[in-house]
Amino acid sequence: MSREDYEIVIGLEVHAELSTKTKIFCSCSNEFGAEPNTHVCPVCMGMPGALPVLNEKVVEYAVKAGLATNCEIERNSKNDRKNYFYPDTPKSYQISQFDKPLCKKGFIEIEDEEGKEKKIGITRIHIEDDAAKLNHNEFGGGSLVDLNRAGVPLIETVSEPDIRSSKEAENYLRKLKSIFEYIEVSDCKMQEGSFRADINLSVRKKGAQEFGTRTEMKNMSSFRSIVRAIEYEADRQIEIIEDGGKIAQETRRWDDVSGKTFSMRDKEDAQDYRYFPDPDLVAIRLSTEYIENIKNNLPELPESRKARYINEIGLSEKEANLLTASKHLSNMFEETSNICKNHKLAANWLLSDVSRILNEKEIEAEEIPFTSEQLAKMIMLIEKGTISSAIGKKVIEELFEDPKDPEEIIKEKGWIQISDEGAIKEVVQKILEANPQSVADYKAGKDRALGFLVGQAMKETKGKANPQMLNKMFIEELKK
Amino acid sequence: MEITQLTVHELKEKLSNKELTISEITKAYIDRINEKEKDIGAFVTVLEENSMKKAKDIENKVNSGEIKGDLAGIPIGVKDNICTKGVHTTCSSKMLENFVSPYDATVMEKVNNENMINLGKLNMDEFAMGGSTEYSAFHVTKNPWNINKVPGGSSGGAAAAVAAGMVPWALGSDTGGSIRQPAAFCGVVGMKPTYGLVSRYGLVAFASSLDQIGPITKDVEDCAMLLNVITGHDKKDSTSENREKIDYTLSLKNNIKGMKIGIPKEFFGEGISEEVKQKLEEAIEKYKELGAEVEEFSLDIANYSLATYYIIACAEASSNLGRFDGIRYGYRTPNFNNLKDIYINSRSEAFGSEVKRRIILGTYVLSSGYYDAYYKKAQQVRTLVQAKFDEAFSKYDVILTPTAPTTAFNIGEKSTNPLEMYLADICTVSVNIAGLPGISIPCGVDKQGMPIGMQLIGQKFSEETLLNVAYTFEQAVKFSENYKPEFKKA
Repeated sequence: MSREDYEIVIGLEVHAELSTKTKIFCSCSNEFGAEPNTHVCPVCMGMPGALPVLNEKVVEYAVKAGLATNCEIERNSKNDRKNYFYPDTPKSYQISQFDKPLCKKGFIEIEDEEGKEKKIGITRIHIEDDAAKLNHNEFGGGSLVDLNRAGVPLIETVSEPDIRSSKEAENYLRKLKSIFEYIEVSDCKMQEGSFRADINLSVRKKGAQEFGTRTEMKNMSSFRSIVRAIEYEADRQIEIIEDGGKIAQETRRWDDVSGKTFSMRDKEDAQDYRYFPDPDLVAIRLSTEYIENIKNNLPELPESRKARYINEIGLSEKEANLLTASKHLSNMFEETSNICKNHKLAANWLLSDVSRILNEKEIEAEEIPFTSEQLAKMIMLIEKGTISSAIGKKVIEELFEDPKDPEEIIKEKGWIQISDEGAIKEVVQKILEANPQSVADYKAGKDRALGFLVGQAMKETKGKANPQMLNKMFIEELKK
Repeated sequence: MEITQLTVHELKEKLSNKELTISEITKAYIDRINEKEKDIGAFVTVLEENSMKKAKDIENKVNSGEIKGDLAGIPIGVKDNICTKGVHTTCSSKMLENFVSPYDATVMEKVNNENMINLGKLNMDEFAMGGSTEYSAFHVTKNPWNINKVPGGSSGGAAAAVAAGMVPWALGSDTGGSIRQPAAFCGVVGMKPTYGLVSRYGLVAFASSLDQIGPITKDVEDCAMLLNVITGHDKKDSTSENREKIDYTLSLKNNIKGMKIGIPKEFFGEGISEEVKQKLEEAIEKYKELGAEVEEFSLDIANYSLATYYIIACAEASSNLGRFDGIRYGYRTPNFNNLKDIYINSRSEAFGSEVKRRIILGTYVLSSGYYDAYYKKAQQVRTLVQAKFDEAFSKYDVILTPTAPTTAFNIGEKSTNPLEMYLADICTVSVNIAGLPGISIPCGVDKQGMPIGMQLIGQKFSEETLLNVAYTFEQAVKFSENYKPEFKKA
């Protein structure tokens, strides 16, 4: 049997750090990147006697996330302690939610392998505090604890095991990420760990009813690694089964360098977290008005933005899909077209050259280094005839390397289009003289020869000559 | 005049009419501590120099009019599980022997706002687990009435210090009787307020849903005064109630005519010593004389409230004490090769046997497979206990019981028998389970001259009623005028 005979079954648990001003249970700053152990207080350091107080914004953000993913909102929720010993957990328990998550039974729609719409169920979304960050191998091999991250608010979104391939997993994660970005509950910066996924994966023979034994890969924070890890792990499991072996239920670690997964701990070590309601916190009761109010004030979601692009701006469905897949890209599109007043050109540049470079560099749209204003200015320079489209492509490359005012770039590089009639005429004369055969061909009715001559002239001017003017002048000269 | 024999309301009066100065008062207490501490062992930390300096400072500021306030310059003692900024907070445990809190508990902020003077931190059973203060990792505190006997616990240091005149009053904490029982054993007044009336922020947690800070004082009026200081909503404690501030001294009316007092017969049954019963019956007669309507009734909760208490308290403790892991503060074992060693050895070496027993018990009852049978069941019984009390309070204004089944026992008598020690909590734990207020006041002594405590229980936030009922009795029997601790040695 081969891979084709098996079905991969994936469920994802996504941890997203919420972009609230303060932490979940104290008033410390929730900002990323501060000096270690500077955003701390007795509460998030787990000092004796300190008590947590739930940040109301965290509840609001989680409810937003639930509503945006079609979840039912639990009106009567609570916080539970998840007890375990680890140096990243200063209280020796995480405050999470066990049996009454804030949101449950939702779904989002993604594209499956064939590009068809598919619903992926969301089991639950709950709130919890993030752990501290352990910095290993510092000071002669020791580990240091940075408690800045302890108490950063998280929502954990648990999917149903509805995902059937690495592509679907990627599509699901991209969709979830864009939803969280749209509703502004998380900045979803994967490189900063504010959007990370645990992958539960099993395989089974096609048509089988029972799920296979699953393994878990934790804290994955790049799409590329996630896709690779899924492919590797599915192959590994299928191979074991094909060889007559059994899958061990365990946590496995993905190693990006070797491209393999390794066993971390098996079920034997399974921890008993001794969940129980946190007696330091009171029940979370939400009124219908509260939930309705959040619902009515949800920002525009990707679906409605897409519809607007198609119906009002006249983009194709494919263009609208691609642009709205990332909130950042979509925002950039709107800002750029607002400045340059040309939706079509803004969409084209973002979806062709900008997207191509993103792919080459393997970075996400939010990592685009230049501003919408700079992109818009570049487009306007083309429209004014200051530069050609060909130069435009070079400007984009340059914006990725050293973002600054496009006008400055073309001045520095000497890329300003030659539109001076005298200068153009000079070039045309030179090319005509150098290519008598082409002139003869043209006069004999071979129109193709004109293209060749224009091309030669562009080459001569390093792409700076105004192509319309060149064309016109060649025809005039050849008719003489 | 024996300064250290005066109540705080008397000290306050003598300060205001200039009979005494703040420095004189503080000096008298420091002298008394120096004289008695070797016999009693009430303190973990004495802040002698600090207190004298602070007394001078406050005195100057009061004289210059810079600060006002009735309680400015009044000394206080604080149980060593209440966080005090810059001062050791040990919970009488080797685990926190060298721990200096970086912040003040909310009650300490309130005490400091009144410009009171913290004389020191008071001994207790380790992490407030125990009823005799014998489980302190440092030393045993002795009962000022007879130094061969325990002061009760876990706030034994606080009760003994107040009884011995080493502090005029003190802050204790009560999870299952830890204020009321030592107050009874030491012949002083101790109150556990309604759960949520006093902020727990900065009280090192034993059992979060049961813990409450409260006053231990020489008399009921002082109790009302200290309650005035420490109550109030605190946004740092989600379980603290947002209620209007009350002046509890206004509730001391010395009149209980028509008050309905319920006597739950189950609290006077098996296990309660005859002498305790007899004194309580005399107290009941006194209440009748004072015009109360007294009625016996059945409150059938005593049997299971003790089990419920130990399941809930241990479960919460097992989680609350997890943070003492040797990583960030507190004791860290010198014997380790890896992380697991740090955890196991630090905790094995620094926790005492009673703390370990309760952590193990609590871990067990929360384990998967046992949770429903123990913890969940206990929470259901808890609801039932609350309902039984609610029913009783539809008929009675207060419920009267003994505070403890016996008077103070001998040092060493029960410390090796945990079950018998747990039974000493039988009269007090249900009050914590139901989140109610309870006060213990002395109502007599036994043949050996050891004080007997009477417990009054009220419905939630009925502290005013409780204080008045206690005060009226106190004014009628004048216990502290008739009996004084004698520091007996036999």
